[in-house]
Amino acid sequence: MKQRYERPLIRKLNAGPLNKFGSRSEAQAVTHVDGAAVEDLLAEFGSPLFVLSEKQLRRNYQQAVRAFRTRYPRVQFAWSYKTNYLNAVCRVFHQEGAWAEVVSGFEYQKALLNGVPGPQILFNGPGKSRAELQLAAENDSVIHLDHFDELYELLGLAEGLARRPRVAVRVNLDAGVYPQWDRFGFNLENGQAWNAISRIVASGRLELVGLHCHIGTFMLSTKPYGVAAQKLADLAWSCLTQLNTPIQYLDLGGGFPSTNTLKGAYLPGTDTAPSLDEFAEVIADTLHRAGFRPEELPLLILEAGRVLVDDAGYLLGTVLATKRLADGRRATILDFGVNLLFTSFWYDHRISPAGEFSHHTEDTVLFGPMCMNIDQLRESVNLPLLNRGDQVVVHKVGAYNMTQWMQFISLRPAIVLLDAQGRPHRIRQAETVEYLQQLEEVPGHLLPAAVAPTRPATAE
Amino acid sequence: MKLRKNIATSETGFIFNPATGDSFAANGLATEILQLLKQDRSPADIKTHLLNRYDVEPRQLEKDWDDLVAQLRDFQLLD
Repeated sequence: MKQRYERPLIRKLNAGPLNKFGSRSEAQAVTHVDGAAVEDLLAEFGSPLFVLSEKQLRRNYQQAVRAFRTRYPRVQFAWSYKTNYLNAVCRVFHQEGAWAEVVSGFEYQKALLNGVPGPQILFNGPGKSRAELQLAAENDSVIHLDHFDELYELLGLAEGLARRPRVAVRVNLDAGVYPQWDRFGFNLENGQAWNAISRIVASGRLELVGLHCHIGTFMLSTKPYGVAAQKLADLAWSCLTQLNTPIQYLDLGGGFPSTNTLKGAYLPGTDTAPSLDEFAEVIADTLHRAGFRPEELPLLILEAGRVLVDDAGYLLGTVLATKRLADGRRATILDFGVNLLFTSFWYDHRISPAGEFSHHTEDTVLFGPMCMNIDQLRESVNLPLLNRGDQVVVHKVGAYNMTQWMQFISLRPAIVLLDAQGRPHRIRQAETVEYLQQLEEVPGHLLPAAVAPTRPATAE
Repeated sequence: MKLRKNIATSETGFIFNPATGDSFAANGLATEILQLLKQDRSPADIKTHLLNRYDVEPRQLEKDWDDLVAQLRDFQLLD
């Protein structure tokens, strides 16, 4: 019997300080995801393939709820649709009790189709059309107002509606995060938010039920949430005392990080990202000290996305080729690129081989298959000696990739959900040329002639 | 194709070039190939030996061989 082959490797030894973090963290083989063999999944559904773990989705949600509810009595999560709006993913979270947080008419429709009751849909975003506002108002969803144009549009709409639309005011504020996110909502410090609130209350045509803010994304500090919670609570107090309008909920938005490692970070994400317990501690502590009587505590809404889904997603793929670059570096070309793994612009994703290898590793650049220079997944990663046909697993890809992926140069692959028993269920088919062609139309003058050219007569 | 005469190789894959002071680490197969080159075996002979011994397709071996040779040349280990 022939021996197992590993391609020959020779590397120069460089004297220098040892890496205190070690060098083999990504070389550990990952042959199974939730008990399902990577090899089998790729054989059945094709490569590349996104895989989601239902078990992990539910675990994340339950842990998040526990983190907040053990510290604050009234908590509601609203699933951030834009993070991953696959119906199966949304339905898992809705089954667990999440409302829907949407930022477009399209997402709003998806929430309805997923069976979310209108009053449990929070409609964010700066680009709601008149028709979308009307639909949301008729369904008794809460419209999170983003700017005065939207406010006046809704006030006009409300005149013809049987009941007052329920609204919340999106507030942007200085929570110590710079650059400050001030493009969404009404600014607190310059009085814009209070102006909007006053107009809403004075109009009598809208029901102000909530205050909302979203201070940033991938927040690596808990402190700004304490500042934001304090400012929203103060604003709610002003609504009560000055306008006689009790605020039913405070929505602290999302922005909680996953444990992915940001590009350029010195330490891995697992060491630097605060846990949800730490965020919950700061927020709950602030609200408890804000002066509300226990029976008056507003509902706390959280629009967590990334932290609930990122580590439940995997991207499985295959090595297409290996080559050497001009400067001698190894390059590995995979069958998925930045078109599918959008987050590789932000993170140094952990990538594992899906098969067993020897202890020999090498530094390699990871490229995708697109004929574009930007299609680089990792600038340098230490991996075993991969060959064409070897399979790999990319970790923590559940957030944003399955919504921000592009149909660019290549088609988008299938997505599979592994249920609690590790059984695979296809939840999105791989795209086909026929699917893409359906949306295109060719003007008549570019179509082939309706009458086929006649065949020249043959000589008798 | 010949390995430089002064290149020291060990069975564990450590390689030393006394002319430049550079040292290298090789995995099992690279070590084996270097040992065979030291014995003045021809590339064709070595490749046949490897194809008989390892579970590898000829075209894969050919590609990896070329890559190794290019590396050896870059590292100034060949005559």
